[in-house]
Amino acid sequence: MGKNLFNKVWELHKVKTLPSGQDQLFIGLHLIHEVTSPQAFQMLRERGLKVMFPERTFAAVDHILPTDDQKRPFRDSLAEEMIEALEKNTKEFGIKFFGPDTDYHGIVHIIGPELGLTQPGMTVVCGDSHTSTHGALGAIAFGIGTSQIRDVFATQTISMNRPRVRRINVNGTLRRGVYAKDIILKIIAELGVKGGIGYAYEYSGPVIENLNMEGRLTICNMSIEGGARAGYINPDKVTFDYLKGRKFAPEGDEFDRAVSFWKGIASDDDAEYDDEFVLDAGSLEPMVTWGINPGQAVEITEKLPMLSDSEDREVALRAYDHMNFHEGDTMRGKKIDVAFIGSCTNGRISDLREAASIAKGRKVAKGIRALVVPGSRQVALQAEREGLDRIFSEAGFQWRLPGCSMCLAMNPDKLRGGELSASSSNRNFIGRQGSPTGRTLLMSPAMVAAAAVKGEVTDVRELL
Amino acid sequence: MLVAEKSIRKVIKGRGMPLPGDDIDTDRIIPARYLKCVTFDELGKFAFYDERYDEKGNKKDHPFNDERYHGAGILIVNKNFGCGSSREHAPQSLMRSGIRAIIGESFAEIFLGNCTVLGIPAVTMETGAVSELMDIIEKEPETVLTVNLDKKIVETDLPGGKNSKIFKIGVTDSAREVFLNGTWDTTSALLSGKKEIESKARSLPYLNHFLT
Ligand code: SF4
Repeated sequence: MGKNLFNKVWELHKVKTLPSGQDQLFIGLHLIHEVTSPQAFQMLRERGLKVMFPERTFAAVDHILPTDDQKRPFRDSLAEEMIEALEKNTKEFGIKFFGPDTDYHGIVHIIGPELGLTQPGMTVVCGDSHTSTHGALGAIAFGIGTSQIRDVFATQTISMNRPRVRRINVNGTLRRGVYAKDIILKIIAELGVKGGIGYAYEYSGPVIENLNMEGRLTICNMSIEGGARAGYINPDKVTFDYLKGRKFAPEGDEFDRAVSFWKGIASDDDAEYDDEFVLDAGSLEPMVTWGINPGQAVEITEKLPMLSDSEDREVALRAYDHMNFHEGDTMRGKKIDVAFIGSCTNGRISDLREAASIAKGRKVAKGIRALVVPGSRQVALQAEREGLDRIFSEAGFQWRLPGCSMCLAMNPDKLRGGELSASSSNRNFIGRQGSPTGRTLLMSPAMVAAAAVKGEVTDVRELL
Repeated sequence: MLVAEKSIRKVIKGRGMPLPGDDIDTDRIIPARYLKCVTFDELGKFAFYDERYDEKGNKKDHPFNDERYHGAGILIVNKNFGCGSSREHAPQSLMRSGIRAIIGESFAEIFLGNCTVLGIPAVTMETGAVSELMDIIEKEPETVLTVNLDKKIVETDLPGGKNSKIFKIGVTDSAREVFLNGTWDTTSALLSGKKEIESKARSLPYLNHFLT
């Protein structure tokens, strides 16, 4: 029997088994941001430790960035204090920092792949749960806590139990108007938000193979919302073509040698898995969440579940109460207040292209606050070259500067009161978008654009 | 110099606080706006803030506001506790508000790992047993719980032998090992293999420009 990529990469990076029984795993690439790293630097100082391999860590600032004006000092003094701490820490420990004054800044999970830092066969960690994103390039990548960030600084390794691997085969051909976001929302709805605990997910099958890299990044990004700590896709031609020419990717002969390493690290055809799941995506429709976790989602033409059919009755009850929705409702037609396109899930150029194709020649409905926030400076520049910024502005969307923005409430972009938000982000938890009574509907960027122009949740296929 | 924070966590004693509900995510444990900090020192005050206070700052009904559970050190929860973000701010805020152990039906993985590395055992118990334990505490908040990681049990007790019961708990072998040996702080264990780390770094077939 052959091996899967996850186990090959794990074995390649395993230093040894620790007395606790956990494995010591070497980390190829470490990404940090302003929210979870300062305390780790503090712990290093308290113990008089150094960063063992500073060239393997890269820093970005994203969560706290204002998206209207990024001039320093930031108006919010706490945000300014956090970016200053990151500047000081990275300088002191010799770490490369892509600050907002550089052309390479952006959300950490956008810039890693975009700069070619993330590559197949690597181990990647970051103090952020959506690190699973990087698995789209055939890396094994997971979020870690601050004490583990300290461990990576001090030793370039972490102590961890090896998860099991579940292969998720996505079969069929996607219909028009159905995107990577819909696939992952469906997978989470099927397997549940706890379904992936203890697993890494390998996504495969014809639908996944046909996705471009950006769609793959969206899928892997939300693995964590299904409880899986990591998600990955085997590297193939799409991966190699994506990496070629990127800032930190190998060049010339080296690139060819890298490709042969990358091909060899992919799962063998007869690889073993601890579990398998098959999704037929041929009849999948656009998805939208109705509740307070990403697993509470329906296809756009479906009715909201009856409480009596629900396994998680209590969570469903709480969701209906918070969202002010009722069993048997349809999501189509729900009036929205805010539309947000962006985040590490859907803030890439193809996401903006898909949304712009809906916005083009249309107008945002009256009274709706609609934001488009590119995931990185490179995405913003590309979008501006293509004129997408003008399409959005003419339609009445605000074209913002890169950052996490409305994905979470750590910068000035927030919901107010009980506003209902159509969002391309990844979490619909209570309070996530900044108002304890605010309400979030997760969907694809094209669906958000459709909701913005119609003023209500809409089946994007009507506007294609 | 490496300062190893040696301390053995074999038995943890304290009163319990039931916090019912599945899928309690880290955004609820510590709302994102309180992550704007460069140290964890002040986080204890903000645990479950939006569930404990309304928008005007008035107290709402919540176990953390309930006088009966004041000073409780052991939190009892249901399924998938701590899902969502990787923020260590969540277990840090619980630890700094006095929580020393958590008993639950199941935990999100990153949260569980974060707890372990902070020296907070997060142990599992079967659904029925969790409900029973919650009941006991709701009826008699003075009940003292003893979490015994060595024997993998929780004992409940009230003066006069009342409420004395034993529940089985689950804890991974690796977590049990580090708590019993006082090696839950991982840095020193990891650093002990410095030579091996360096040779591993040299042996990896990466061809990145960031390494040159
Ligand atoms: S966009 Fe959202 S999920 Fe992604 S890193 Fe930023 S806050 Fe986290």
